[in-house]
Amino acid sequence: MGLTEQQIERYSRHIILEQVGGAGQEKLLNSKVLIIGAGGLGAPAGLYLAAAGVGTIGIVDSDKVDLTNLQRQIIHHTSDVGVEKVKSAENKMRAINPNIAVRTYQTRVDAENISDIIRQYDFVIDGTDNFPAKFLINDACYFNRVPFSHAGILRFDGQLITVLPGETTCYRCIFSAPPPADAVPSCSQAGVLGVLAGVIGSWQATEAIKYLLGIGDLLTNTLLTYDALTMDVRKVRLNRNVNCPLCGENPQITELKDEGQVVCDLKSCKC
Amino acid sequence: MKLIVNGKESDFADSLTVSKLLVEQKVKMPDMVSVELNGQILRRTKFGETILKDGDKVEFLYFMGGGCGLN
Repeated sequence: MGLTEQQIERYSRHIILEQVGGAGQEKLLNSKVLIIGAGGLGAPAGLYLAAAGVGTIGIVDSDKVDLTNLQRQIIHHTSDVGVEKVKSAENKMRAINPNIAVRTYQTRVDAENISDIIRQYDFVIDGTDNFPAKFLINDACYFNRVPFSHAGILRFDGQLITVLPGETTCYRCIFSAPPPADAVPSCSQAGVLGVLAGVIGSWQATEAIKYLLGIGDLLTNTLLTYDALTMDVRKVRLNRNVNCPLCGENPQITELKDEGQVVCDLKSCKC
Repeated sequence: MKLIVNGKESDFADSLTVSKLLVEQKVKMPDMVSVELNGQILRRTKFGETILKDGDKVEFLYFMGGGCGLN
């Protein structure tokens, strides 16, 4: 195929990088990334991946933009309040880069629909805000062998890990099941520094691009933790867990199922 | 004895179990913390019986939602 003159100009700062080059940029243009959750993490990831020329970007979210989202979900603007998040996100990604394809899924992922969606993509970014979804994504990506970036943010802390299912440490290797319901306060009480979502979501996009290009060292078997108050960044080495209920030696989870919602009532949650 | 807890070395009393370390470190909601001991995730059922040794590396790993809150 080769790149057009306009593409060479648009992506020139990528192409000039030895590790990317024209061939790498073509790889990105031919790649498909799915972002689950058009919220704090998905917002910067979507914008940067669109700008980077990832050729097809899917985005999943069932919610509409709320005023409380705007403090951190920078893909949504004030004029988008009340608009479907996937539509709002699609508009901004297309505005940055009209040459990419954006597929929107105005739904909530569940055990029934997730496999059909993620199978169409090369890499998944977990930008969800609740534990059942995070475990579902981990399990679905394992059963379908789709690599993904997991991340979580809370107050001033963030963490992320990249999972190559069946090869590297998965989320259930670390946390075997969602937290118990009575141990989790409501999400509106805790708060989160808005820019933290930008930092962590941008790192997720970085991992996606590195995976697609096959460059650098992925954040596999390693949980990166970040404390915005102290600016401490730590990489905690985590080996695969032989007792993992999903990818361990004697798996107890052999099919996809929905975990009970234990964090909060998501319909009223504005986190 | 010296333990390296979340990357920081400190002195602790001998014969400390993982359960007691969680208390001593004032970890909120220890039921929600995963513990890695010398590179391996420790089963929750072993927290009470696992006695830490000098030089052990312990990591407390916390659940983190995406803007939802714990702790």
